[in-house]
Amino acid sequence: MKLKRIISIIIKEYTHIFRDWRSLLIIILMPVLMIILYGYAITLDMKNLTFAVIDDAKTPESRELIRGFTENRFFILKYTDIKRNEIESLFKKRYIQMALVIPEDFSESLFSNRITKVQLIVDAADSNVGTFINNYSNRVAQLFNEKLNNRSPGILGLEPRILYNPDMKSANFFVPGLVALILLLICSLLTSITITREKETGTLEQILVSPVNPIEIVVGKVIPYITLGFFNGIIIIIFARLLFKVPINGSLTLIAVLSLIYIFVALSFGLMISAVAKTQQIAMLATLMATVLPTIMLSGFIFPVASMPLPLQYISKAVPATYFLIIIRGIMLKGIGIAELWQHAAALSGIGILMLSMAIIRFKMTLE
Amino acid sequence: MQTDKAVSVSKLSRHFGKFIAVDEISFEVDKGEIFGFLGANGAGKTTAIKMLCGLLKPTSGEATVAGFSINSDTSKIKKNIGYMSQKFSLYDDLTVKENIEFYGGIYGLSREKISDKTDQLISELNLDKMKNSLTRSLPLGWKQRLALSTSLLHDPSIIFLDEPTGGVDPISRRNFWRIIYEIASRGKTVFVTTHYMDEAEYCNRVSIMHKGKIIELGTPTGLKQKYNKTTMQDIFISIIGQN
Repeated sequence: MKLKRIISIIIKEYTHIFRDWRSLLIIILMPVLMIILYGYAITLDMKNLTFAVIDDAKTPESRELIRGFTENRFFILKYTDIKRNEIESLFKKRYIQMALVIPEDFSESLFSNRITKVQLIVDAADSNVGTFINNYSNRVAQLFNEKLNNRSPGILGLEPRILYNPDMKSANFFVPGLVALILLLICSLLTSITITREKETGTLEQILVSPVNPIEIVVGKVIPYITLGFFNGIIIIIFARLLFKVPINGSLTLIAVLSLIYIFVALSFGLMISAVAKTQQIAMLATLMATVLPTIMLSGFIFPVASMPLPLQYISKAVPATYFLIIIRGIMLKGIGIAELWQHAAALSGIGILMLSMAIIRFKMTLE
Repeated sequence: MQTDKAVSVSKLSRHFGKFIAVDEISFEVDKGEIFGFLGANGAGKTTAIKMLCGLLKPTSGEATVAGFSINSDTSKIKKNIGYMSQKFSLYDDLTVKENIEFYGGIYGLSREKISDKTDQLISELNLDKMKNSLTRSLPLGWKQRLALSTSLLHDPSIIFLDEPTGGVDPISRRNFWRIIYEIASRGKTVFVTTHYMDEAEYCNRVSIMHKGKIIELGTPTGLKQKYNKTTMQDIFISIIGQN
C-alpha cells in the first residue's frame, strides 16, 4: 500500500464530489428533507381523536363522565344529540373513532349502587388507536369511580414513574432511529455508485492497469465519503434537536465516534454492492432494497426486536442499524456511555470490517 | 529475466466456462516494434491484451511482458506498461490538468515530476488554452491524444493500445498514427489492436487472430507477397473467408 497513490485517489474523489455541486446539494438537503418528512409523519402519538356521545341521561353525573374525555388533548367531542342509527354511518365515514352511549337510568343506577354499564363503541381498524382508546377509557372510568365513591377502601392504584422519555413523545423514539436510517441510506448510496460508475465509463480498467491495488482504490474511495457522511450526520442531529427537541443526554463526542463507525459500515456496504453490480441503476436499487427494508422492519426502528419470531431475531443481528439504534437511543435518551455500549460498538465494527473485506475480495475477484 | 523481446507469449489460453476465447497462442514482439493485432470483433484480441496487461489471469500458458511473467509478476509489469483502450475515457468531469495529475499520482510520480510532465504534455498537445476546462468539452480526437499521452506519463517501455482509434475521423486517425510512430522512434514497443485494415499497413508486423487462434503472422509486405494481394484488407478477407 502506498500513501501517495491513496492520496491521489482521495483528491480525485473530492474533486468529483465538489465539481458536481447539484448532486452535492441533494446529498446535503436530502437528509434534512427526510428528517422533516419522516419526523412529522411517523408518530404514534394519539391526538385529536374525535368521538360522539349519546347522552340519554342528561344528569350532572353523565356530564361529569363526558368531561373525563374532553378535558385533555386526546379527544375532541364532535357530535352530541344524534340518533343511535347514525353512529354506524359516522364510523364508516371516518368522522369519529369512538362513540359513548350513556343510558337514561345512568344516575339512578349509580346511586342505587348497582353495577352501571355505559356502552363504548370503538373503531379498532387501526389496532393501536383501538387499544389506546380502550385503555384510556378504562382510566376515565376508574377516576370517575374514585371521585364518586370518595375513597372506597382497598382499591389498588399504580403510580407509574416513566423513565428516559417522561412525556412519552414518540419523536424521542423515532428521531434517533431516523439518524440511523438516513445515515445508512445516504452513505451506502454514495459509495454504491462510485465503482460502478467507473466500470461504466471504463476508467476503472485504466486504473487497474496501473500499479494501484484494490485495497488502495477502496480505501481512497471510502475516506472522502466518510467525511461527507459525517457532515450529514451532524446536520441530521442538529435538525433533530431544533425541530423535534429530542434530548441529547449523553456525550456528543461518543455519538460522533460511534457514528463514524456506523458510517464506515454503511460505506463498506455500498462498496460491496458497487463491486458486484454492473450498472449504476442496479447498484442504487440493490442498495435501497438492502438498506431501507431491513432497517425499518428488522432493526427495532419501529417494532421491538424482542417481539419478533426467533428466526427474524437472528436476522436482525446481521442488520447494522440494530446495534446503532441501541447506541444512539441509549446516548441521546438515557445518557449512557461506552461502558454500557462497547459490545454494540464492537459488533458494529466487526460488521464493518467484514463488509469492507468482502468488498475488497469481491473486487479482486472481478479482476480474475 | 532480461531478454531482447518486449513481449514473448507461449501457448497462452483463456477459457470462459466452455468458451475458449484465446486458444494456445504463441508469438514474440521485438523491442521498438509496432506490432499489429488484427482480427474481427470477438476474435479474442481484447482478451489476449488484457492477459498481457495483468487485467485477466490466463487459464494456461505463459507470457513475459518487459521481461516479467504475467502469472507471477503482474505488479512489475504494471509499472512498465501503458494501456489505452477504445473505451478509455479520461474523467469527463475533471479538467485536463486534473486528469494528468491524477494519473501521474497513481503511478507514484513525484510532485515535481508530475508538474513538469503536465506542462510538457499540455504544450506538446497545444492544450494551453484548454488545460483548465473540463475534459468532456474536448473533441474526441483530442481526448484520445490526451488519453494516449497520459498513459505514457510514467515512461513505460511497452504501450498497449486496444482499438485506440475507434470512432474517430480519418484525419484524427492519421494524426494519432503519427504519434504512434513518434513513440516507436523513441524505442518504445507499441502493441496495437485494430480492425481498420489501412492501419495494419502502418505496423512493422501484424498477426491475424481468428476464433482465439493466431492464424497468420508476418510483415505487411511479406503477407501481401504470400497471398498475392495488394492491400491488407484483401488479405484479411481471403484468410478469414477460408476459415
